[in-house]
Amino acid sequence: MLNYTLRRLGIAIPTLFVIVTAAFFLMRAAPGGPFDAEADLEPEVLENIRAAYDLDKPLVTQYWLFLSRAVKGDFGPSLVYKDFTVTELIAIGLPVSITVGLLAKLVALVLGGLGGIIAALRQNSLLDHTLMGLAMTGIALPAFVSAPIMALFFGLYLKLLPVAGWNDGAPANLVLPVVALALPQIAVIARLMRGGMLEVLRSNFVRTARSRGLRESSVVFRHVLPSALVPLVGYLGPALAGIMTGSLIVELIFNLPGVGRYFVQGALNRDYPLVMGVVIIYATFIILFNLLSDLAYAALDPRVRKSYR
Amino acid sequence: MAAVIECQGLNVRFRTDDGAVTAVSDLDFSLNPGECLGVVGESGSGKSQTFLAMFGLLAPNGSATGSIRYRGTELLNAPRGALDELRGNRLAMIFQDALSGLTPTMRVGEQMAEVLVRHQGLTRQQARARVIEALEVVRIADPERRYAAYPFEMSGGMRQRVMIAMATLCRPEVLVADEPTTALDVTVQAQVLRLLDGLKRHTGTSLVLITHDLGVVAGLCDRVLIMYAGRAVELGPVRDIFRRPAHPYTRALLRSMPGLGIDPAEDLPVIPGQPPDLEHLPPGCAFASRCAHVVETCRVTRPALLAVGADHARACHLPA
Ligand SMILES: Nc1ncnc2c1ncn2[C@@H]1O[C@H](COP(=O)(O)OP(=O)(O)O)[C@@H](O)[C@H]1O
Ligand code: SF4
Ligand SMILES: [Mg+2]
Repeated sequence: MLNYTLRRLGIAIPTLFVIVTAAFFLMRAAPGGPFDAEADLEPEVLENIRAAYDLDKPLVTQYWLFLSRAVKGDFGPSLVYKDFTVTELIAIGLPVSITVGLLAKLVALVLGGLGGIIAALRQNSLLDHTLMGLAMTGIALPAFVSAPIMALFFGLYLKLLPVAGWNDGAPANLVLPVVALALPQIAVIARLMRGGMLEVLRSNFVRTARSRGLRESSVVFRHVLPSALVPLVGYLGPALAGIMTGSLIVELIFNLPGVGRYFVQGALNRDYPLVMGVVIIYATFIILFNLLSDLAYAALDPRVRKSYR
Repeated sequence: MAAVIECQGLNVRFRTDDGAVTAVSDLDFSLNPGECLGVVGESGSGKSQTFLAMFGLLAPNGSATGSIRYRGTELLNAPRGALDELRGNRLAMIFQDALSGLTPTMRVGEQMAEVLVRHQGLTRQQARARVIEALEVVRIADPERRYAAYPFEMSGGMRQRVMIAMATLCRPEVLVADEPTTALDVTVQAQVLRLLDGLKRHTGTSLVLITHDLGVVAGLCDRVLIMYAGRAVELGPVRDIFRRPAHPYTRALLRSMPGLGIDPAEDLPVIPGQPPDLEHLPPGCAFASRCAHVVETCRVTRPALLAVGADHARACHLPA
């Protein structure tokens, strides 16, 4: 198991290198540059600025410079947020995005997971249909619709919660963004959980477990759940990595200083160092969470565990 | 001698998109203490559904009416809690597809220990010792190590022996074994049958042995219930039924049996024709379409299960 993990981490480094290289050259291939918006600059001034950021050097040299700094964790200064280095921007944004994203995942996992289990155990009952109807609504209702509605209703109309703002992560400020982000995920998780449960509940070994007079809670939690969680783990791995890039829409609507907006604005403005910084962070987390989800499969299924030698 | 299991007027029906399927009709039988009852019939004759109904394990589209009592306690449609006190404890079942009956994500020993913790209130430690003993009884080598194994690490024969050990952990009064050897290769089949035989002899457990194999019935069972299209066609002591079969279907079964050394892996020998469609059962005798002795009454009136000798009954209009 440890061997397997180490081997996977070993493969992660070349993988990361390939992703980063591809991202670097693809972004440079896109038309436009970081200073296009500042149209009225004198050509010599522009040249000076470009030289200051090494943008006048050949692309390969730039790539080498970027790599040699990046391995030391230095992604350089942002070209757009001029007073900040990329590392600083990420250090500001990442905790916000992770807090909101992780809380939303947690809420979605608990509510969606329970909802899916209950719906499966009461398959085709009114409760099942109601829960799955709600889930369909949740999937059909994206955050850019639910978030403003909730902000209007709970913020402006009922005045129960702040309409927007981070406020150092005060609980009241967290509620609406977390709920808006969680809603569609609750729906997805509930459906995955229900599907996984139904599949396993039909198995022979469940009928056999019941024939031994085990309590329903033992049947569900010890015999059914480990196998039923497998589809959910497949979804959660990549989905958890997604919280590192934040949710642009939710961060914009609730005016949160997360990484989501840096990423999008960085890309739009050809802020090369900023985009590369976010790409590296994101790719790292994707690789890490995929590994975590493979380890979770192993934790759930002894056959998988055995194959990880 | 009061029966341990008393089944009366059992009907099992399934709702399907095409209509109602009647898997078991009007079935009566009883199981005496310490006896082994063989249950024989072609595939689809309702053998498994009869006992799944008894254990409250019918598929969600199935329902059972009538009565199956264990020492006077009604089992059919009993509340889950009451049923759970009995099944796995006083009543145990080994399933037809036992090889997939162990939970793949749990250690074999822990699954077994769970039964003792549940029904006898043992601690995990006490249960573990008992489980290892039980694994020894079914001749599983190195039981300490096997306790921690997962089902996929065991052979089919080993898993079947684990199922037997698990079913008998609480010393049940009734053990139903549904085709316990069909999924196994021939050498292992004999071992498993010897185990069941030993169990019946040494513990006084009443055994229901569902099988395709009349040879097994002859060797192990005291009485036999012959089923056809969800009905009992003949019921009686093995010796009487083998010597003086009273129902044309039983006779056909025995005739097509090449001595008692029949290959147990094989299905029942072929009798020309098909069993009736369980969605449209005929009003008369279910065997009429295949019976060489069919008369007019057979197609109109359903024959009742009537005595033809001491403890020997059959359902047929022919004069005895
Ligand atoms: N879930 C179900 N839905 C519809 N019909 C079923 C279902 N389960 C069993 N049956 C019917 O019940 C009949 C008897 O099945 P069973 O008792 O398993 O036969 P066997 O004698 O081979 O054990 C089958 O032929 C099948 O048509
Ligand atoms: S009742 Fe008639 S059809 Fe049925 S087994 Fe007897 S003789 Fe044959
Ligand atoms: Mg069967």
